[in-house]
Amino acid sequence: MKTKIKIFNMLLTVFFFATLIGCSSESSDQISGEEHAHLTQAPYVPPAITRKHTTKVIIDLEVREVIKQLSDGVEYVFWTFGGDVPGSFIRVREGDFVEFHLHNHPLNKLPHNIDLHAVTGPGGGATSSFTAPGHTSIFSFTVKNPGLFVYHCATAPVGMHIANGMYGLILVEPKEGLPPVDREYYVMQSEFYTEGNYGDAGLQPFSMQKALTETPDYVVFNGSVGSLVGDKSLKANVGESVRLYIGNGGPNLISSFHVIGEIFDLVYSEGGNNAVQKNVQTTLVPAGGSSIVEFKVNVPGNFIMVDHSIFRAFNKGTLGMLTVKGAEDKTIYSGKQKDELYSGSISTASGVNSFTGELNKENRKEGYASKYSTGDSKVDENLLKTAMASGSKASSPTEMFNIGNSVYNQSCVACHQADGKGIANVFPPLVNSDWLKTHSKEEAINNVIAGRTGELTVNNKTYNGIMPPQNLSDAQSAAVLTYVYKKFAGKDVAVSAEDVKKVRAAKK
Amino acid sequence: MKFEKINIVLTLFVLINYSTSAQNKKINAREKMAFIKGGIYTPLYGSKEEGSGIKVAPFFIDKYPVTNAQFLKFVEENPKWQRSKAKKLFADKNYLSNWKSDLELGKNVLPNSPVTNVSWFAAKAYCEYYKKRLPSVDEWELVAKASTNQSDGSKDQNYIKQILEWYSRPATEKISPVGSRGKNYWGIYDMHGLVWEWTSDFFSALVTGESRGDSGLERNLFCGSGSVNASDFKNYPAFMRSAFRSSLKANYTTSNLGFRCAKDFK
Repeated sequence: MKTKIKIFNMLLTVFFFATLIGCSSESSDQISGEEHAHLTQAPYVPPAITRKHTTKVIIDLEVREVIKQLSDGVEYVFWTFGGDVPGSFIRVREGDFVEFHLHNHPLNKLPHNIDLHAVTGPGGGATSSFTAPGHTSIFSFTVKNPGLFVYHCATAPVGMHIANGMYGLILVEPKEGLPPVDREYYVMQSEFYTEGNYGDAGLQPFSMQKALTETPDYVVFNGSVGSLVGDKSLKANVGESVRLYIGNGGPNLISSFHVIGEIFDLVYSEGGNNAVQKNVQTTLVPAGGSSIVEFKVNVPGNFIMVDHSIFRAFNKGTLGMLTVKGAEDKTIYSGKQKDELYSGSISTASGVNSFTGELNKENRKEGYASKYSTGDSKVDENLLKTAMASGSKASSPTEMFNIGNSVYNQSCVACHQADGKGIANVFPPLVNSDWLKTHSKEEAINNVIAGRTGELTVNNKTYNGIMPPQNLSDAQSAAVLTYVYKKFAGKDVAVSAEDVKKVRAAKK
Repeated sequence: MKFEKINIVLTLFVLINYSTSAQNKKINAREKMAFIKGGIYTPLYGSKEEGSGIKVAPFFIDKYPVTNAQFLKFVEENPKWQRSKAKKLFADKNYLSNWKSDLELGKNVLPNSPVTNVSWFAAKAYCEYYKKRLPSVDEWELVAKASTNQSDGSKDQNYIKQILEWYSRPATEKISPVGSRGKNYWGIYDMHGLVWEWTSDFFSALVTGESRGDSGLERNLFCGSGSVNASDFKNYPAFMRSAFRSSLKANYTTSNLGFRCAKDFK
């Protein structure tokens, strides 16, 4: 009898505990408590969620129609979720019950709504959130699927609402959370269709025609050209792990997201919560989609983020920067160890042969060679070969200018642009540059042959980028500077190969 | 159904009053209104077939949107439409909120600027008080599609571009005076570029040609479905007006929404 009771008691105890355990694991699925979501503006991300239970999350998001800068001197009317493009970053946990308050500011002209790709239901919430100016819509949903999702406005004409900036990201963390990392950032690509061309100053209206033909003048990260460069570049220290939440608002283009000089250790493809790829160079981010990438930064320097559809990066603004500080590790990356002259094999090209003959006959003594000669005939030969490789001879300032022009087009145009205006906030202008006026030609030569890093102020704008040393001969360097002075500063400055050679020698 | 009844009663009321009103008052009203001879209007969500547009009968319409000064006079004579007295059922809490008080306009509100922050009920009451009515969507759109020199500018991309520019610019607290946006082909001022305007049947923006079942009601509210049935994919301003009307309820007031009145031609 006693044993029976004992057994019964034991069973009861076991049952009791089992129930308790059952309850406690169950309870994490039951909604307890209530909190207001902490939203952030790009490039910042709300802190990781530490709670282990589902809760009710109240989100307040205000739609504002605002005039802001799209590029240096260029303004645009942005329609925003939270006052900025991209919209506020929302972070919730799988299973959370979200009560969404969409406010449409009374001064807005238009009705708006929100379609969250994290929502299961008609219109992703759009049917329930259609809101007139000066009103608020409230609707609720449970975030059932973990992942990184785009949200956007879906009011007709939908394309225009998205084109004007109405998109953002909502991260639904899986129940078990995401692995901890040192840095998290929010980067969202999108394009803008303006009536004017790239760089045309003033308030630019939306161009329906360019949107229909999918030919934007601006393709940018985080809503404007230069939003992630200079002071505003993303920061990390050597040895840290970085996670980027990347979104693409479109409205039309697909992004080939790439960080120059980095390899993504891990990619959560298309923003799903399973890391499915390791060691990825470029990840595709669909319009209306996302991606999560993680990588450890091993060496210091500026790492440029681009859409590797590369004309967008250098001509339309899809350029951001991750600045990594810390100690160098020469075994991982040495930096430039040596710069040697390489002439290649040019004797087989027939055009060059005939050109050599001509040059020998007419210009050897009076023209090109004597101008750039240092008295050392070996150097003369090399100079000639280099000049011939560039396909021109130079015996007059005009010809110097022409050679300089072609050197410029090959070596400088990608950053300083054909018109010499550079790229706002990224690459300084040459045209009407006060730097060129206030600095000696030796300093200019030094920039070309040795490159330049760090802060640089041109026309009252501060740049903090990197210009690599140009692999140009003395003659080519001289020619391109002659060209730059004449073309962009309107000055005849005699820069000779001799000058370049002197600066080079002084450095050694 | 209710609305129809009200309209019939109204029309009768208008007719009776119209015939008995003094001759000079009639002329005065006509001077401020323009005659629209009617025409064909193709709704955005109508059929795409040729000749399937809606025939709009001749009517009169105000040359200018109703101004703050005019509306002030109206609320002076109709105290129940003063800000503090209007029922919330007929005008939400932002009704005339840009005014200083019931009978004072305040510093950012110009007397000759269009009145805004008025509900549909208030706008309707105003028009009725002056023996007029709100224009229908069809009438309003027929007038609005005229550019400066054509009765139909809806295929003129430049004209559309100009309208779009205004729609996509944020509102300013101070609204320009009426007349500042120029007149169109019909001699009507400010159809675009000043304020949105109420229409009598704004709620019909939701009703599609195929009005069986409420499922159709959602189609212009979100994503691609909004354009499935559109008659003119490139007329973004029309999409925006349609979306704007769809977002409203009759007691809503917004800082950029005013109105003008119309009148039957009999």
